[in-house]
Amino acid sequence: MVTREMQDILADAREHGWVMEPQAKRFFSLAGLDVPRGGLARTPEEAGQIASVTGYPVVAKVVSPAVIHKSDIGGVVTGLANREGLEETFSRLSKTEGFEGLLVEEQLEGIEVIIGAKIDRQFGPVILLGLGGTMAEIYGDVALRMAPITERDVSSMVGGLKGKVLFTGYRGSRPPDMAALTALVTTFSIIIEEIGDTIDSVDLNPVLCSWNRCTVADARIMLKKS
Amino acid sequence: MDLLKLFQPKTMAVIGVSLTNESHPANVIFNKNNLRQRVKVVAVNNRGGELRGEKVYESISHVPGQVDLVVIATKAHLVPDVLSECVQAGAGAGIIISGGFAETGRKDLQDRVRAIATEGGFPFVGPNCLGIYSPPYLDTFFIPSERIVRPEQGKVALVSQSGGVLVDHMVKCAAEGVGVSAAVSIGNKAMVREIDLIRYFSEDPGTAVITFYVEGFDENEGRQFVMAAGECPKPIIIMKAGKTSEGTKAVKSHTASMAGDYAVFSSVMSQYGIVEATDEFELISFAEALSCYHGSIEGRVAVVTGSGGHGALCVDACAAHGLTVPGIDETAQGELRDQVSPVIQEIASFRNPIDLTGSSVDDDFAAVLRYLSRRQDIDCIIALLLPYLPGISTDLGARIGMIYQQEKKPIIAYVPHVEKYWMLIEGFMLNDVPVAHSVEDAVHMAEALKRHRSW
Repeated sequence: MVTREMQDILADAREHGWVMEPQAKRFFSLAGLDVPRGGLARTPEEAGQIASVTGYPVVAKVVSPAVIHKSDIGGVVTGLANREGLEETFSRLSKTEGFEGLLVEEQLEGIEVIIGAKIDRQFGPVILLGLGGTMAEIYGDVALRMAPITERDVSSMVGGLKGKVLFTGYRGSRPPDMAALTALVTTFSIIIEEIGDTIDSVDLNPVLCSWNRCTVADARIMLKKS
Repeated sequence: MDLLKLFQPKTMAVIGVSLTNESHPANVIFNKNNLRQRVKVVAVNNRGGELRGEKVYESISHVPGQVDLVVIATKAHLVPDVLSECVQAGAGAGIIISGGFAETGRKDLQDRVRAIATEGGFPFVGPNCLGIYSPPYLDTFFIPSERIVRPEQGKVALVSQSGGVLVDHMVKCAAEGVGVSAAVSIGNKAMVREIDLIRYFSEDPGTAVITFYVEGFDENEGRQFVMAAGECPKPIIIMKAGKTSEGTKAVKSHTASMAGDYAVFSSVMSQYGIVEATDEFELISFAEALSCYHGSIEGRVAVVTGSGGHGALCVDACAAHGLTVPGIDETAQGELRDQVSPVIQEIASFRNPIDLTGSSVDDDFAAVLRYLSRRQDIDCIIALLLPYLPGISTDLGARIGMIYQQEKKPIIAYVPHVEKYWMLIEGFMLNDVPVAHSVEDAVHMAEALKRHRSW
């Protein structure tokens, strides 16, 4: 299931010790996970071209090997409604240390979920699922299972969260697509087992789950220290 | 790995007895087994001689006949040679009591010992351990007989990385009346490890429940452990030390930060239906409950009491431990009312908790428990029995025990654990009804039945 291109993505990232967002998303899209439409812009013009294809509003995110947590430095801007705003964001974020470009993507709706993996010394590959977003660590509302995980495990993981009601629909909102979420998590678990020797941990955060889609809105792969 | 000779040897040699120091561990082991345990024991010291009138052999090769088990308590540096002799002499299995291996930085010495044993197909427990207590066959704990508290022979196997903690668990088992099938101190676990013992005890007809005290697993050993546990038909209980990790390393992913060592441990245990105890009291309570009832429940509890306050406390504890106390419908309340003594019909409450009041008698408890045992919407009954109520007799334990034997719905009793009430407690326990020492403890026991998953 791990293709040559996927192996190359991991190999190319060794120098920095982690796989940055555009490459990490490419990695998981090759594995069959849904990622947002968009692309990496090196110039303000490219940013505008990408946005004209995806349609506004868009999300813009800084890409730099020096920045692991983009939100911490204001490197994620959502709800950009027009070209003007996008170009202004490009010029501001281009001053970031190690700037390699701006990731411009369609803006998606849905509840924010974190899906992660860690290679545990005692138990090997372990999968995490919980409430995601920038507050993920503050709430710490997550469930852990040893890989491989089954469809039944996914529903018991969701059922064990304090925020489980978010997954069944609350206050009139449409519940997220649980079949898509289940397929995503079980596929992710298989991939993690296959690359377990090369990685340390993975964050897919957030995964945006709406009534018809579960999309990996951000991803990073931390490689094992050699 | 055939471990039967470790647990049920016919003959045992204790290597390293002292001819001058009676309190040497090897001497304690020799003395407490000689003529007191079923195993036939001989002493070995390379100088030969006599010990309390018994011949001391100069070497294992001089001992006549087959030696099933050797206990090695020599200095660490002598162990490789001694072990080689044992393998050559055709001994069946070993216990290495001696310390001075990986725990003191001598992993090389430990690796040599393991290599000799592996090549010779010779299973051994240790080094750096107390060994095995396996009634009525043997007891290699180097604690003099007058100092040890022995639980009765029973159905719970105790396995521990720490000898000290193991002895403490035995003391607590004895205090709670929980019987032990075997206790193993695995020390540095150079060869026989937790996984081997899961496999052994899952086949051992004398064991119904296996408990583990672990400090940590080696690389990937945790994974192998839960896989083996997943295949074991008997309940497994685990208690872990080292829940807090020292210092936080610079963690760069959210996942690595939230999936700390203990969080992973605890989640994976529950994923595989292994019941985690947070302290030794839980461990013993869980073992008692699961040695009586091996199935699992969803956790719909009926509480029966002679005191309203106890009932209320129990309902609170159930809620705190994820158990439900479902209401009893009016028809059923009426049926219950019809079965109890006229004197309590108008003062008792049948809603759940069912409070039969201080005026209740044995017959009332028996009738209510029988009725509840047959209801589909209840899968566990907690009976809070207060023997100071004048209508409650010491016969009630055996009587309720019989109801459990006939109906097979798990019943957990609470009786204050004081000498005066012990006959009541035994009546329950002899019939596989666990008896808690507090209301909270009774709820813990019910929780264990819920957390244990039958495969």
